[in-house]
Amino acid sequence: MRWLLLKDLQIMRRSPLLTTLLVIYPIAIAVLIGFALSRGPETPRVAFLNQVPPDTPLSVGGEELDLAGAKSELCERIECVEVSSEGEAREKVESGDVLAALILPPDLVEKLQTLAGLAPESPTVKVIVNEQDPVKAGLVDDRINSLLAEANLRISQQVSDVSTTYLRILLDGGDFSFLGEGIEILGLRRSEQILREVRDQLPPSSPDLDRLDSVIRFSHLAAENLGVADDLLESVSQPIKVDKETIDGDTPSLDTFAIAVAATVTLMFVTVLLVAGSLALEREENAFARLTRGLVSKATLLAEKVLLGIVVALAVTLLMLAGLGFFVDLDWGRFALWLPAIVAGGAGFAAFGAAIGGAAREVRAASLLAFMVGLPVAFLSLIPSGAVAPGLYDVIEVVTALFPFDPSLRALTGALAAAGPSIALAVLHLATLTIAYGVLARIALRRFV
Amino acid sequence: MTSAATATSAAAIEARGLTKRFGERVALREVDFAAVPGEVLAVIGPNGAGKTTLLSILAGIREPDGGEVHLPRGVVGFVPQQAALYRRLTVAENLRLFARLEGIDDVEAAVAAMLGQTGLGDRRDDQVGTLSGGNQQRINIAIGLLSDPAVLLLDEPSTGLDPRQRGRLWEFVLGLADTGTTVIFSTHNIAEAERYAQRVLVIADGQALFDGTIAGLHAAAPATQAAGADFESAFVRFLAERGH
Repeated sequence: MRWLLLKDLQIMRRSPLLTTLLVIYPIAIAVLIGFALSRGPETPRVAFLNQVPPDTPLSVGGEELDLAGAKSELCERIECVEVSSEGEAREKVESGDVLAALILPPDLVEKLQTLAGLAPESPTVKVIVNEQDPVKAGLVDDRINSLLAEANLRISQQVSDVSTTYLRILLDGGDFSFLGEGIEILGLRRSEQILREVRDQLPPSSPDLDRLDSVIRFSHLAAENLGVADDLLESVSQPIKVDKETIDGDTPSLDTFAIAVAATVTLMFVTVLLVAGSLALEREENAFARLTRGLVSKATLLAEKVLLGIVVALAVTLLMLAGLGFFVDLDWGRFALWLPAIVAGGAGFAAFGAAIGGAAREVRAASLLAFMVGLPVAFLSLIPSGAVAPGLYDVIEVVTALFPFDPSLRALTGALAAAGPSIALAVLHLATLTIAYGVLARIALRRFV
Repeated sequence: MTSAATATSAAAIEARGLTKRFGERVALREVDFAAVPGEVLAVIGPNGAGKTTLLSILAGIREPDGGEVHLPRGVVGFVPQQAALYRRLTVAENLRLFARLEGIDDVEAAVAAMLGQTGLGDRRDDQVGTLSGGNQQRINIAIGLLSDPAVLLLDEPSTGLDPRQRGRLWEFVLGLADTGTTVIFSTHNIAEAERYAQRVLVIADGQALFDGTIAGLHAAAPATQAAGADFESAFVRFLAERGH
């Protein structure tokens, strides 16, 4: 087997264009996918629980806000899945049926209305997120933050109008209602005028006591009003607050996940294309018949191709990770876990490539078939639960479990970050797929001559 | 079948009742023949007759559905129709790879011997893809000879070669036969079979119709012999008389 391996490496060395393409193309694809990962589905499914009593009018600063219209607008931006209780919302998030749950508390309107008063109180909406999947977590954060920012902006405009009125009273004076009693406010400008007059008229020894009292009263109220303005300004910046609850514990960062995706895509393309092409090349060069008529068994030839795939996959993936290490923080302390993840992924993809090469029998057909099967499976594996209908997602899960991409991604994510999924299960999954595709490749070789 | 007597006890290779089916189609039907050391045997027949299938079974590439192959004097070397070489590897690297896979003890000596035998010593470091078709075929045959086989099987060995390359090839092959190697080759080129083979095995629709000398095949088609026709005409007449 070692002589066959040496031969294949010599052939690769003599084909610099092919080797360069094998390295550069997957990395380019990996980068594109990494960028694409930061985008999510356009209308994510979000469970929506409105605990506000029906037909509660909302008025901020004397102006009515259209709650029903706001909900309709919200449900155009996300797919609202109505739920009847917080328990049901949590269950849907846990099962992956929805990306997240948005819960509006019963006192939402009541607290919103206080924002235009002197004792503003910010309401808090609850968001429940399943952060098992970092793409999903990032998507939910982005979408909920965006929606809340818009809602906050609208409310803050109303609150801002009210605060402008208060400031005008402080400046120019006027009537102000507090706890049902009308109070006349002097205003800063008028007080200045009064002070000037007092200063001009009073001899140094006889102050006008009444006028001085009113100035003192104004100063007192002005100080109090300015104290209220602090709270008011805070409520203007973020009228509604978010209480985020994470259901599925830690999740690797989106950066780590993107690196794992990039590494898995690289593994897939390098290994599948190389092994499929290399096996098909044995037939195209007419060497297969010569090799398998007693020199090496078909099983040995397949094992050599899988080994070739693993060796090259290991080299390219480690090189890629080392390169990425210059730009992002990688936990090199977990290097010992990278190796089994890459080797298992490489073996799975190599066996898959051997099956493709054996079935296609020609290098070009094998390359085409590898792309036709590999790319859609990779994209299917990246669809977050909740982004599609539950039944369809179940089908996608079954399909992706039949190919090495999904378990390789899990193995690499788990190897790169402690918060990732279990490596052991993923490696076991890959070992099973390696055997299964190895058997399929061996069957395909029966008609290879 | 019209057959020449063969001393099976002295045979280098002997096939008995070889049968091969591909689905419903029968590619070989009960084919028997034998060849002695140093003999040059041509397997001829129309397209799709089963010549390549027969050689691939003799070479051990395919398993027969019935019958058996005996090799009392050693191994078989196989030279496929198209050069079975790695074009990105050099001449020496190809020879070295297959010598290692054959389990030859002194690999470098075997490589040097084959380079000498093919006369391609000065091209040893050239990639095979840069060689002419004739030179590629010489390397192809040399690889078939690495294991020092008692029987050399050549599938359409001169296909794609110009007359000069064909001449060199046959000079090389007949030299091997002179040293005792049994040479069995399949060909469409009837004139080549007449010129270089001592015996011919005629196959049509998977059935062996004739096994004997060139003169014997002429005799089996008396009308052409009487008219003084060439061997190719006799061969065509022979097949036509048997419904092929």
